[in-house]
Amino acid sequence: MDPATPTFPRLLPLGDAAWIVEFGRSIEQPTHARVLGLAQALAHAHAEGLWPEVIEWVPAFTTLTVHFAASGQSDAAMDAADALLALAGSAAPLSQPGRRWRLPVCFDAEFAPDLAELAEAQGLSSEQVVGLMTGTAFRVYMLGFQPGFPYMGGLPAALERPRRAMPRTAVPERTLAVAGRMCAVYPWRSPGGWHLLGRTPLALFEATRDDPAWLHPGDEVRWVAIGRERYDELEHAAAAGALQREAWLDDHGAAA
Amino acid sequence: MTGVVEFIDAGAGVSIQDLGRSGHRDIGVPLAGAADPTLLACANALLTQAEDLAALEVALLGPTLRAAGAPVRVALAGAFAPRLTRADGHVQPVDAWRSLTLQPGESLAVGPCRAGIGYLALAGGVQVPLVLGSRSTYARAGLGGIDGRVPRAGDRLHCGAGQGAQRQAPRPFVHVSGPMRVLPGPQDAHFDDEVWALFVESEWRVTREADRMGLRLQGPTLQHRAGLGADIVSEAVVPGAVQVPGAGQPIVLGVDAQTIGGYAKIATVIRADLPRLAHARPGSVLRFRAVSRAEALAARLELAASLRDWTRLIGVCGTSGEPEEAALRAGNLISGMIDARTDTEFTLPWD
Repeated sequence: MDPATPTFPRLLPLGDAAWIVEFGRSIEQPTHARVLGLAQALAHAHAEGLWPEVIEWVPAFTTLTVHFAASGQSDAAMDAADALLALAGSAAPLSQPGRRWRLPVCFDAEFAPDLAELAEAQGLSSEQVVGLMTGTAFRVYMLGFQPGFPYMGGLPAALERPRRAMPRTAVPERTLAVAGRMCAVYPWRSPGGWHLLGRTPLALFEATRDDPAWLHPGDEVRWVAIGRERYDELEHAAAAGALQREAWLDDHGAAA
Repeated sequence: MTGVVEFIDAGAGVSIQDLGRSGHRDIGVPLAGAADPTLLACANALLTQAEDLAALEVALLGPTLRAAGAPVRVALAGAFAPRLTRADGHVQPVDAWRSLTLQPGESLAVGPCRAGIGYLALAGGVQVPLVLGSRSTYARAGLGGIDGRVPRAGDRLHCGAGQGAQRQAPRPFVHVSGPMRVLPGPQDAHFDDEVWALFVESEWRVTREADRMGLRLQGPTLQHRAGLGADIVSEAVVPGAVQVPGAGQPIVLGVDAQTIGGYAKIATVIRADLPRLAHARPGSVLRFRAVSRAEALAARLELAASLRDWTRLIGVCGTSGEPEEAALRAGNLISGMIDARTDTEFTLPWD
């Protein structure tokens, strides 16, 4: 088959204990909805004791990677291939957003070393950049690069800019950043090549909790601009463990 | 009763590892864990304990540990030539591939790992808190280990305490040799047949950029097909995946690799060969060979069987630390173990 025109979904082998289920080749919400639909179908099946040989699955933009146990006497991934492809073909897309978040971010210059530069390069004022960032509903496509690092799609075309030619050796944790058509928050201090636009006082990854990542694939995120005083107050409260995650859900109480 | 060991020297390339942190890759948490879980199992087997207990992985220079308080049993699996310093200051060489007890005040200098990587297991396992189900160190995000980091001089680790018969293996566990076996894909279609041939027929030298995250290799350029290229929409990766960035020099991912990647992957090393891949060092030469899924399964079962067979060779040593000849003969073991007697004129303080 010509690799340029494959039929989706299809299975690609990622070694002898995982399949990549590929639903398409471009980053689009409908394709991602199919990725999450298969993830949900597997979760439901798992909850009923089915697919015990599946140990975990990893959503990405256009793919769901399904990992199999490599401990038994047989090739569990191969044995399950036909059934997995059938499930991928039949699973209903998951179109509804997961949880809806409204998360605070401070755009003060101290936290936003690239805000003025990005604004100028795009022919905008800093205020207009902040307006676009806070006026957009971002969709979490996947987590990776670092634990809890959310790749969020939906960045307005007016803010599209390639990564910095020279990545920074250290980006502070909790920094809000953009690159290409994506937005993200660095959960950890790390090197990074994205444009830094602000900082949230909330630690969006808590390793000591059973459910460490606040954001999951399929979630929707809206950024709410806060002043420096409010930032300090929230950062202090977060460090003291005095904040409830659920309080930052848009429709808290109603959300799952 | 708990034992405590103190790091007199932290060594280099030392980290606490168990079998890693699976189950959280959907939120971007790398597996981490022992780069060679087979040798981790060997070290634990010498202490008659579960093969997945957390131990110290040594990639370069092993630590120097002193028993503080209670006696502590330890065991080494790997190419080490450790030295024991008794409480009175007397220093003597001891063997790897056996258990021994550090009496209070005694210290063990593990020394350099002379080939690949090795493991120092402590009786009862290294007791650090579980983070997301694992004690494995992933220092880049401060997960596991000692407060999210690798050991420093002065750190103290809790483990089990105790005496007990010492056990010894008659020979080191040795991995099979030969090319790293791979399954083609997931993006082998990004390469023409001639480029694939280049991949499996060439020698690949491990560069200095080699650590638990991955091995950057040097060799002929693997050109991507026109129109498909090096970049893909980012998707999950696994340890053993062979990424080929635009410059055409492959990177084999390791146990600390991030969970997603955006480069085409020409092939993926099979699970059975990941433990021996972990022993590659800068300057090592690797080759790759494509295998079928059936061969991959056979290789995995063969590795499990060879570990089981090796574990059965482990025998009890005498209370003086000398192998008990009767036990050895009963176990049908041979010369390598008996030879250990020749350099034991002194009485060792094994319990």
